[in-house]
Amino acid sequence: MQKPLILTAAAAFAMASPALAETPVLTVLTYDSFTSDWGPGPVVEAAFEETCACDLQFVGAGDGAALLARLQLEGPRTDADIVLGLDTNLTAAARDTGLFAPHGVTADLALPIAWDDTEFLPFDWGYFAFVGNAGADAPTSLRALADSDIKIVIQDPRSSTPGLGLLMWVQAAYGEDAPALWADLADNIVTVTPGWSEAYGLFLEGEADAVLSYTTSPAYHLIAEEDDSKVAWAFDEGHYLQVEVAGKVAATDTPELADTFMAFMASEPFQSVIATTNWMYPAVTPAAGLPAGFETLITPQKALLLSPEDALSIRPTALEAWRSALSQ
Amino acid sequence: MALRAVAINPRWPGGIVAGLVLALTLGTLCAVGLRADFLAGLGVADWAAVRFTVLQALVSALVSCLLAIPVARALARRQFRGRSAIITLLGAPFLLPVIVAVLGLLSVFGRNGIVNNALSAVGLPEVSIYGFHGVVLAHVFFNMPLVTRFILQGWLAIPSERFRLAASLGAPVGRLLEWPMLRSVLPSAFLVVFLICLTSFAVALTLGGGPKATTVELAIYQALRFDFDLGRAALLALLQFGICAIAAIFAWSATQRDEGGAGLDRAVQRWDGGVKRDAIIIVLAALFLLLPLGMIVVRGVAGIPELTVDIWRAALRSILVAVSSAVLCTGFALALALRGGRLASVVGVLPLAASSLVVGTGLFLIVYPFVNPARLALPITMLVNAVLALPFVLRSIGPAVAKVEADFGRLGTSLGLSSRVWTWRIVLPRLRQPLGFGAGLAAALSMGDLGVIALFAGDAQETLPLAMYRLMGAYRMEAAAAAALLLVAVSFSLFWFFDRGGQIGAQDK
Repeated sequence: MQKPLILTAAAAFAMASPALAETPVLTVLTYDSFTSDWGPGPVVEAAFEETCACDLQFVGAGDGAALLARLQLEGPRTDADIVLGLDTNLTAAARDTGLFAPHGVTADLALPIAWDDTEFLPFDWGYFAFVGNAGADAPTSLRALADSDIKIVIQDPRSSTPGLGLLMWVQAAYGEDAPALWADLADNIVTVTPGWSEAYGLFLEGEADAVLSYTTSPAYHLIAEEDDSKVAWAFDEGHYLQVEVAGKVAATDTPELADTFMAFMASEPFQSVIATTNWMYPAVTPAAGLPAGFETLITPQKALLLSPEDALSIRPTALEAWRSALSQ
Repeated sequence: MALRAVAINPRWPGGIVAGLVLALTLGTLCAVGLRADFLAGLGVADWAAVRFTVLQALVSALVSCLLAIPVARALARRQFRGRSAIITLLGAPFLLPVIVAVLGLLSVFGRNGIVNNALSAVGLPEVSIYGFHGVVLAHVFFNMPLVTRFILQGWLAIPSERFRLAASLGAPVGRLLEWPMLRSVLPSAFLVVFLICLTSFAVALTLGGGPKATTVELAIYQALRFDFDLGRAALLALLQFGICAIAAIFAWSATQRDEGGAGLDRAVQRWDGGVKRDAIIIVLAALFLLLPLGMIVVRGVAGIPELTVDIWRAALRSILVAVSSAVLCTGFALALALRGGRLASVVGVLPLAASSLVVGTGLFLIVYPFVNPARLALPITMLVNAVLALPFVLRSIGPAVAKVEADFGRLGTSLGLSSRVWTWRIVLPRLRQPLGFGAGLAAALSMGDLGVIALFAGDAQETLPLAMYRLMGAYRMEAAAAAALLLVAVSFSLFWFFDRGGQIGAQDK
């Protein structure tokens, strides 16, 4: 019953849409907060359209994981020319779809690690960290946190990218001993939330002493709210990296425009807005350096990152260890 | 619902609606299943999730129903200033977006909440809300008021003449009038709450305190989003429908129809006592609902200046969607209730068991080959919200339609009324109150819904809940709290606007 009805409606809508515009359209599939009013999206769009003689359209789809799922739903027929906002936990699965083409961009990347992925190009990065209140007890390692009675709130690795980041962090730092660390961490965890927003909201409401977030989170409070009461804890084991990347869709109908955008992504107008809109480190340090306030952030001594292939293959066992340790 | 349809009831509109509901629930599931490779069956963790899901839903539904009976009874028996406000308020928790309600509850019961602050002030140990009891507490907060409304309607539907007769005969009102009414109303209310809790995932996870509080819906979310395992998602969604079917069979077999005769639509007068107890019950229930709601207001007021034009625009868009889907939904429900029969009963619970993520994904797969889904975001959201709210509206008007049929059906048939005259002149005027309540629920539900729009929405179609989540995602918690307050205020106004029928009630003498 409903199928024909929808099709009729769909046909009506399709006919009502204006004929293809003269200017070429570049469709960038990205996560929600990138394209929101407070994210980099609006500024990036204006800057790119100044030079490209094109119409840049952002399509927002949930978070990074939802982005990949959306792309997989659409398959090779996707309208997207660029997918922006995957991280290294997702790039292996994204590569396996066979939907991406080499980006062909060489840029002077300011990542704490070497980058040689030919399909996915970073646009920003950050370290995962626990964020707590200034002046309170701050543990100096994951182990010390697990042995303390400090209360934390984390995200579920099955529904949230930071949650998955913590899973990989513990995995990269402790390997075979990861289940033991989770077992000791279990009594510190007040609760597990479906996403970052819920967890951060709970922390700000005073439900926990700290929340899993990024080393750059205090920068938001400092710069946007002039509030220096939030600090990230530096941990001896090192901090896991989140590298956010974009890729060019192989089936794009505007390959040159897509290439132009990939190059634009590593350039000044794009990179200079990242720090105070996405609250992450720009992949290429802007000419003017980082905004004032970023120098107050902790800089981890050691960056941890599993290769995309390892991150994908290790996920089921790591998840199972996490689930059983926290289900006791 | 209406099992014996009256011959003059129009039947074909109900048939169309039934088809639509089946397509949106089972049809979308098929669309997902068809795209899937079924690699592996369900694992140990999945069955643990099933156990937890069913257990928490059973306990939540049971507690909600048990607590709702005395509250509904007290409200049915008493008339006082502010009664209609309290009755309208009963719709409030249900229409809150999950995260807003959870933060409201936490500011009362959380680690830093009112209860724990009071406990530590008098030197008592702090109580933790996180765990199985927290999940149940939140589900009771959401659903007890809803059940109260359903039961209250049953109470108010008992003709005043019968209370009058019982009082003059000195007969037991409870056993003769109230118990049969409960037998006809409670099982279906229980079923609705059970199914709502069955598909809950953010509440269960956030207040459950860890992965042992995993529900089937979370497993579906994970399968669709992280693993892109359509087969597993389809299997789990099917399992959810299976549990729904079993629960529905139990509920229907426990339902006993109330076979009393008609009254003259006069206001109820009660002669049995218990004023003090009723007062205590009403105050407790109001506190339980008002405290978290009050905290939401307190949290939100400070951020109101931060709301930008875009947020107000999103609010307008949400109101448009909510009102349209409320109108659609009441139309659907009326058509189904008039058609009656088993089909209407089945269709009336199916949407509750549907995972909105699977519905959204299925629709996406159906629509995508033909048109850019972003272009259809708002119409699809209206349609899906109307179908998802259908069970509530049907629950609200179903018994009333059955009652009109029982009371006036024979008369109408013998007078040879046409279907149109019967529907518009006889049935509809008698449904004002439940229809209003139903439309209010549908509007408010649609207002707070995030499920489908999140998958379809492009840039220009942001609704208020989506805007609120985006604010949270951008660290702007204060503005998000204000957006939440706006959302609550708008949903509540919509609900109040539709639900003015709740002011009909008992008179104290």
